[in-house]
Amino acid sequence: MKKQLTRQQHLDLYYYMRLNRAAEDTMVKLFRQNKIVGGLYSSLGQEAISVGTAYALEKKDWLAPMIRNIGALLVKGVPPRDIFMQHMAKYDSPTQGKDGTSHFGDLENLHIVSPISMLGDLIPVMAGVAIAGRYLGQKIVAMTWIGDGGSSTGVFHEGLNFAATQKAPFVLILENNLWAYSTPVRRQVPLENLADRAKAYGVASYVVDGNDVAEVYSTAKEAVDRARAGEGPILIEAKTFRRLGHAQHDPAEYVPKEMRAYWEARDPIERHEKFLMSEKLLDANGKKDIEEKINTLLAKEREFAENSPMPPPELAEKGVYCTGDACHKIAAKWERPLAEVMPPKSSVEPVWMVEGYGKGKGASGANAPIHFGDTPADKAADESKPASRAIPKTSVKKLAKAAAPKPAASRKARR
Amino acid sequence: MASTNGSPVTFLEAIKQAMFEEMERDPAVVLLGEDVGVYGGAFKTSEGLLERFGWERVIDTPISESAIIGAACGMSYLGLRPICEMQFIDFIVCAFNQITNFVAKGHYLWNAPAPMVIRGPSGGGVHGGPFHSANPEMYFVHTPGLKVIYPSTPYDAKGLLKAAVRDNNPVLFFEHKFLYRRIKEELPAGDYTVPIGKAVVRREGRHLTILSYAAMMHTSLEAADALAKEGIEAEVIDLRTLLPLDEETILQSVKKTNKCLVVHEDTRTGGIAGEIAAILCEKAFDELDGPVLRVASLDTPVPYAPTLEEAFLPNAQKVLTAAKELARY
Repeated sequence: MKKQLTRQQHLDLYYYMRLNRAAEDTMVKLFRQNKIVGGLYSSLGQEAISVGTAYALEKKDWLAPMIRNIGALLVKGVPPRDIFMQHMAKYDSPTQGKDGTSHFGDLENLHIVSPISMLGDLIPVMAGVAIAGRYLGQKIVAMTWIGDGGSSTGVFHEGLNFAATQKAPFVLILENNLWAYSTPVRRQVPLENLADRAKAYGVASYVVDGNDVAEVYSTAKEAVDRARAGEGPILIEAKTFRRLGHAQHDPAEYVPKEMRAYWEARDPIERHEKFLMSEKLLDANGKKDIEEKINTLLAKEREFAENSPMPPPELAEKGVYCTGDACHKIAAKWERPLAEVMPPKSSVEPVWMVEGYGKGKGASGANAPIHFGDTPADKAADESKPASRAIPKTSVKKLAKAAAPKPAASRKARR
Repeated sequence: MASTNGSPVTFLEAIKQAMFEEMERDPAVVLLGEDVGVYGGAFKTSEGLLERFGWERVIDTPISESAIIGAACGMSYLGLRPICEMQFIDFIVCAFNQITNFVAKGHYLWNAPAPMVIRGPSGGGVHGGPFHSANPEMYFVHTPGLKVIYPSTPYDAKGLLKAAVRDNNPVLFFEHKFLYRRIKEELPAGDYTVPIGKAVVRREGRHLTILSYAAMMHTSLEAADALAKEGIEAEVIDLRTLLPLDEETILQSVKKTNKCLVVHEDTRTGGIAGEIAAILCEKAFDELDGPVLRVASLDTPVPYAPTLEEAFLPNAQKVLTAAKELARY
């Protein structure tokens, strides 16, 4: 059953949607002032999805945003300055200017995994996060988003299927905004509901009005609770519309005007505000307070971002590799007894149980057959042709020791 | 399945021991791949691991290389140290995007180390045909953020795999399947690692340097024995790690012998030999008495028929011919 939201929850959702939109408005201004280094992608009209879904997560949970999920980052606790600085390629940004947009993460505190531009790749990655969290006993849920466009990538299907086979505590939000760059969803997928993709993998799914933040939140909360309880991955298709072009450069003239008008009349922030006013959860003064709070915050955050320097050129060659403990001390956080995962308690009988038939097992031992490489024919061939591919029997044992090369006088005349 | 002491073990057994001992040492180490659990792997490298460590740590996956790599990457973000088995290393390219864009770039871009190992059987000579014989190491040597290991002996395979598991970076570990059961070596009883990024001199010599790795290291040694009978003493170096490459050991040897031949089973164009030739031109040009030569596989897919595959692959005779040509300078 859908949960009844408290007043505070309703107001939080409203605040984050407003913050999401205002932060993006600020970036549009920065873009027009040529202060954004690369592209700028908008989630105008889709804020209810980013905010409503991320709001269903607990602090310990993990998320990985896509390009239009600035709202999810704000809900998770990312300060707006980080988002501004990412777009402006500033040195103080989370990636120090090495990447832009929402391409950043935080493994330690906020539990955010950075996206890459190749769509769908986050799905198996977040399935892995979910499986690892379960293995460590952390009782976490992992969440990521994918568009209607990204749901046609191979890795979407590999990832969702794998998550299903593992019953991973994983929630996938399929944000159907009806357009993949310039291609309408009907040309991408011959389905009425993209949530049906989940059925192919035995994954439970929901379809929600993505412009109704309370419904998005309630559904996401139910999905997160179910995933956490061990029911396996869950997919939510949130139906919405991409109100601007693929990015700032794109006027999106391929979108019919009537379609745009239809969706503009269903703006998620206006809808939620109307609801709050009618339910007397918010009044004009309250609204003004929220606006002022957001404006003050964003002005401060923008100022910080603008004052941050560009990264120094010498940073370019740094950080390709982790250099060890001084760079990253990697330690899994165990929240279950280690004995459960260590022998002998972990020991199992290595067999496949096949219902109605019994069990079977693999061959074992030093002479168990292997796929290629040492069939009797190979062995005979090796023995008959010692000069071609056979390994000299004594070579390794004799020569395994590292011999220190002695300095030799060069017999060479310098050119 | 404790370490054998005294009796020689195969290359395959050495890999199994490395995984077994690392999983026993550290509960953060898990294994995932196709048929790695109940079946013990297509080459039996994970035989006995499921029985010992259970379903949560030895994960039989669907045939989904991108999902295997992606999931392992996600696991590594929570501090696990997953080992991914590619059933044949040929299939690693199915996960090319995950490896080169997600796994390899994370530390540079957003300070996210991905301590994981991707390993699997590689190489030809066993009539596996064009999709079960690949040497795809150079696709990945060209990817900053990865480490690439390709050992030639059971001792190194075990020690380097353990080092790979303990490394904080994504490590690709190629296992030449021709060596799996054809080669045996006595291993130390206790725990040991072999450092990543260090080549080793397998045979000392003063007339020319032969650089090689994996199965071709043995071919090179065989050729070196034949060369010695003709009075040419070749120094044979086993690169062991291709990324990062041990330039110091290479330069030290070439500065001594003044001649260099690179032997690899990977195809010729874009193989590591080209990179080594460039390094020698940049850093040891004045020391060279002859051209940097290479013996490599033909620039073709790996053909299936034994006669064709034999023509495709380098062998001791081809190495011998090239070495004698080089020695004449």
